[in-house]
Amino acid sequence: MDATTQEVHGHRALQHHFENMEQQREAGTLGMWVFLVTELMFFGGMFLAYTLYRAKFPAAFASASNHLDITLGALNTAVLIFSSFTMAMAVYFTQVGKQRPQVICLVLTLLLGLTFLGVKAKEYHDKYEDSLIPGRLIPGRPFGPEVAHEGDHDPHKLHLLGNATVRQVEMFYWIYFAMTGMHALHMIIGAGLLTFLLIFSLKGRFDPEYHSPVEVIGLYWHFVDIIWIFLFPLLYLLGRHMEHV
Amino acid sequence: MSEHIVPVRIYVTIFLVLLVGTALTVAAAFVDFPGRLNTIVAMTIAVTKATFVVLYFMHVRYSSRLVWVIVASALFWMAILFALTFSDYLTRGWLSVGY
Repeated sequence: MDATTQEVHGHRALQHHFENMEQQREAGTLGMWVFLVTELMFFGGMFLAYTLYRAKFPAAFASASNHLDITLGALNTAVLIFSSFTMAMAVYFTQVGKQRPQVICLVLTLLLGLTFLGVKAKEYHDKYEDSLIPGRLIPGRPFGPEVAHEGDHDPHKLHLLGNATVRQVEMFYWIYFAMTGMHALHMIIGAGLLTFLLIFSLKGRFDPEYHSPVEVIGLYWHFVDIIWIFLFPLLYLLGRHMEHV
Repeated sequence: MSEHIVPVRIYVTIFLVLLVGTALTVAAAFVDFPGRLNTIVAMTIAVTKATFVVLYFMHVRYSSRLVWVIVASALFWMAILFALTFSDYLTRGWLSVGY
């Protein structure tokens, strides 16, 4: 083995089937992108179902959407965007080889992710209180919101617009819980991955030569953020302009 | 190393753009635009935000052609999913054959 080969094969994280660290990193990034394409196809099916049912029951979807808490939804959007930023900064600090800021950014990302999940749990509980969990998913609390009559402004009651029916509103909530539930599951998995990153980061495993795990988990985290960027307007905002009509 | 390191300044800019986009989409939702314009405005803002995340936070702007092809393929297959499904659902009733 001559001196150059030894130098190229020098890094402890380099797997034997790769020529050098750069090839290894590019292969990892590419693999993650292929995985994210399959993830997009997975969420795509739900976005399709949403679009079809919204086209079929526009008034019911607007009524159901208006019952969601726009403040909590917007807050969570901001929280997730902030977490994407701290994740991007974690990648940056790994690339320039600064361990302490890297650890801080990972901790912040994890905390923001958990904040998102906490707010989501609060929203789910609010929906439970108003009997808006669809079907009989919750034993003893089947779907059955109280419908508000003309002039009744009780926010816990369902305000139906136009020719919307309660059954159609239930369809919205099936889709709402399927989409936000799958998104939340991705967040939980993401939080697990971040914990793993944090442990290895504290051990000082990552450096400018080797940071694929941070980069690749970062890609996953941003992907989950992008899904929410679409879920927020589609689920929370679609009927707001009809509220005062 | 040939890897491109995105400067902090760009990350901060994108972060601010995303926050402004979120504020805009909430504000626009309360305006009663004619027809389906509300949905179009909301989706335009969402696509713009997602594009910024993909290009900068996910480094696609600085990535190899191969990554570009993968990202484009995702959009292409999504387009097939939606186009073929809607070519059915949205055209039902165009022909007046009873069934």
